[in-house]
Amino acid sequence: MIGGGATAAGMGHLAVMDDSDPQFALTSYSQALWSELAPQLPPDAEYLPCGSLWLAADDEEMAEVYRKFAFYQERNIAVEVLDAKQLAEAEPNLRRGLAGALRMPSDSVIYAPCAARWLLEGIPVFLGHQVSEFTDEGVEFANGHRFAAGSVILATGTAITRALPWVPVQPRKGHLLITDRYPGFLHHQLIELGYLKSAHSVANDSVAFNAQPRATGQILIGSSRQFGTEDSTVEQDILSRMLARAIEYMPGLPTLSAIRAWTGFRAATPDKLPLIGLCPGHSNVYLATGHEGLGISTSLATGRLIADHILGRLSAIPREPYLPGRSFDGHD
Amino acid sequence: MIIVVGAGPAGIAAARCVLECNLPVTVIDDNPAPGGQIWRGEAINLGAAQLLSGTRVVAIDGRARTVLTEGPGGPRTLHFSKLILATGSRELFLPFPGWTLPGVFGAGGIQALVKTGLHVAGKRIVVAGSGPLLLAVAALLRRRGADVRLIAEQARPAALFSFAAALLTNAAKLKEGAGFAWTLAGVPYATGAWVEAAEAEGHVRHVHLRQGNRRWVEECDYAAIGYGLVPNDELHSFAADSEHVIPVPTGDVDLATLEGAAAGYEAAGQPRPSAKLERARRFGAVLARAFALDPELRSLPKSDTFVCRCEDVTLERLCGWDSFRAAKLHTRCGMGPCQGRICGPAARFLFGWQDTSIRPPAFPVRIASLVTTTLATNGETS
Ligand SMILES: Cc1cc2nc3c(=O)[nH]c(=O)nc-3n(C[C@H](O)[C@H](O)[C@H](O)COP(=O)(O)OP(=O)(O)OC[C@H]3O[C@@H](n4cnc5c(N)ncnc54)[C@H](O)[C@@H]3O)c2cc1C
Ligand SMILES: Cc1cc2nc3c(=O)[nH]c(=O)nc-3n(C[C@H](O)[C@H](O)[C@H](O)COP(=O)(O)OP(=O)(O)OC[C@H]3O[C@@H](n4cnc5c(N)ncnc54)[C@H](O)[C@@H]3O)c2cc1C
Repeated sequence: MIGGGATAAGMGHLAVMDDSDPQFALTSYSQALWSELAPQLPPDAEYLPCGSLWLAADDEEMAEVYRKFAFYQERNIAVEVLDAKQLAEAEPNLRRGLAGALRMPSDSVIYAPCAARWLLEGIPVFLGHQVSEFTDEGVEFANGHRFAAGSVILATGTAITRALPWVPVQPRKGHLLITDRYPGFLHHQLIELGYLKSAHSVANDSVAFNAQPRATGQILIGSSRQFGTEDSTVEQDILSRMLARAIEYMPGLPTLSAIRAWTGFRAATPDKLPLIGLCPGHSNVYLATGHEGLGISTSLATGRLIADHILGRLSAIPREPYLPGRSFDGHD
Repeated sequence: MIIVVGAGPAGIAAARCVLECNLPVTVIDDNPAPGGQIWRGEAINLGAAQLLSGTRVVAIDGRARTVLTEGPGGPRTLHFSKLILATGSRELFLPFPGWTLPGVFGAGGIQALVKTGLHVAGKRIVVAGSGPLLLAVAALLRRRGADVRLIAEQARPAALFSFAAALLTNAAKLKEGAGFAWTLAGVPYATGAWVEAAEAEGHVRHVHLRQGNRRWVEECDYAAIGYGLVPNDELHSFAADSEHVIPVPTGDVDLATLEGAAAGYEAAGQPRPSAKLERARRFGAVLARAFALDPELRSLPKSDTFVCRCEDVTLERLCGWDSFRAAKLHTRCGMGPCQGRICGPAARFLFGWQDTSIRPPAFPVRIASLVTTTLATNGETS
């Protein structure tokens, strides 16, 4: 099925991030590619140029807002600092008393499964075919048929470790919930800055406030992060914690109608960077996985980097930081 | 604590059998009073059972053995030792041009409306679809003074013959059938016939009927169209692998009652084989075969007919996907507030798709209801 993996489960926030220089390079390059594509996207891809707000709850988090502001300004990314009053005006449904926010106007939101389908238009797709073997000459399907190819790209998400057990990718479970339609309830993709603590914590389970306006007027609420489980069941206790956190930020949420909750698995790597490029030990096999919670954002750049390699072109950004053969020493 | 979800004939029978085994039982039902679909509004004695009315089970955690409920007192999490799911069934709607017009109801839908006060005296009504329910509904409408224009049953005479033969072996059903025949004397019963389209001026005005190659138009004030029943099995799909969860197959009142009793005894740890239940199941199987849907009904919806009325997804947009999940993901079919309750079974019939991606909550709920702080035990409120 097209877009049936993590892509079906994700939030589709197209974000620029500053966790590390390579992460910034990949996300900002990819965002530029998305912006170029935006005018051609089909309506069902629900591209919404809503911008993001990184919410600071207190002065400590506000200091982080200023740090990020300086980081992005230095790199020519449009950013803006909102103080408490401006934040309350921008998002009246947030609780009073937040310290402020960093606004990233060029971030956007997309409905990824339909975008994926559109990106694949004109390309032969063999649905329902599982690849069981791959070599530098092509792939073999589970039904025994072979398919010769000059290059093979393994973009199988968390399933990569079934083919290549040495690849340091771990599934990281996330819960999301969508509401009925409430147009105008929120205007930006909202993320608490505490999210960074949560996303980076090595503790098994964490939740953080994350809310997204959908083109339909629905609100998508996240999110949780869990290692050590491959069971896709919606867990009541995690969902409950996640929503309690969201309500702390948006006190009007409790009376809204929730219509569906689900889970998905992010492909996490130890250094929080994806695996993009030639697979060690092969001359024509490439990896494109390990994007954790940013695989929609960075998809277009990922594609470009691999295409550049295959075609012997120079890339717009250095490719080395993402090479699958890099060292993960120093990361757990 | 044994918990029963549903206070229809099946859930009531289950609860009574648990009590008979000297075990406590809690019954949860989302209607204001017990009775389910068919004993709605009747006085029901549930003995020593604890009844939580107006309360809906929205999620099950099979491992933790808890149900999450939303009721008058807010959300509650209840523990169970065994959970009996007697959630009954709903009608099957097949989309056709005009099926969403005002005045076009389900067959069981109009039955429920009449029982709760809809006046049909003097109204011209076409009853169509499939199954014995059409007769019960038409008889009720006629007793309430409606002008039932005709009953269009999609099953063909040959198939119905096996049903008639089985009726002869079932005295109670035969008597019920004779009663309907008496009430319905003079109402045309067209077999192998169905409503192809409905047209309206604000409100439905006439329907287009078809029987083989014959096509005609019937004027009406209401159309009551239902193609049989589909089980409410969403809750079960959340905990299908749990040995502590017992789903109760539903059917007509008799079968539902017997199935409920069997589930009650099973939950109490005292299973009892029942020859009556076996007979009722056989009768149910004959019924299902006799009223099996004609494959030609797959051509009822036209390319611009909405299949999913929550998200306005037309038939055309659904063609070409290979599963309900793919169609859902790419067209939003079944993603609306009804979560595929109506279009899911229709898509199953039209395309042969199973809905494999049912997710909690089973019903839209207030977000507050999903935030539970403490876990209650043995029916105590959290
Ligand atoms: C809760 C959650 C929230 C997220 N939020 C965001 C967000 O806001 N922004 C963002 O950018 N990202 C987000 N993500 C991450 C994003 O969804 C993923 O990084 C992205 O979808 C990964 O896409 P992919 O194509 O690499 O993998 P997938 O979408 O998982 O696709 C892999 C495909 O490969 C197929 N496959 C696997 N093995 C085989 C085989 N042997 N043969 C044939 N086919 C095979 C699978 O069936 C699947 O279709 C989120 C993820 C989650 C779980
Ligand atoms: C519209 C309609 C009309 C019908 N008319 C007739 C008729 O005239 N004659 C006939 O013989 N049969 C009729 N039937 C068939 C009918 O379902 C059975 O005869 C009988 O009601 C089955 O009993 P049950 O206990 O299995 O289900 P039901 O009587 O349907 O009882 C199930 C109960 O569970 C409740 N419930 C479901 N899910 C939840 C939840 N998550 N949380 C809490 N409560 C829940 C329901 O609201 C309902 O009260 C009709 C069915 C339908 C759908």
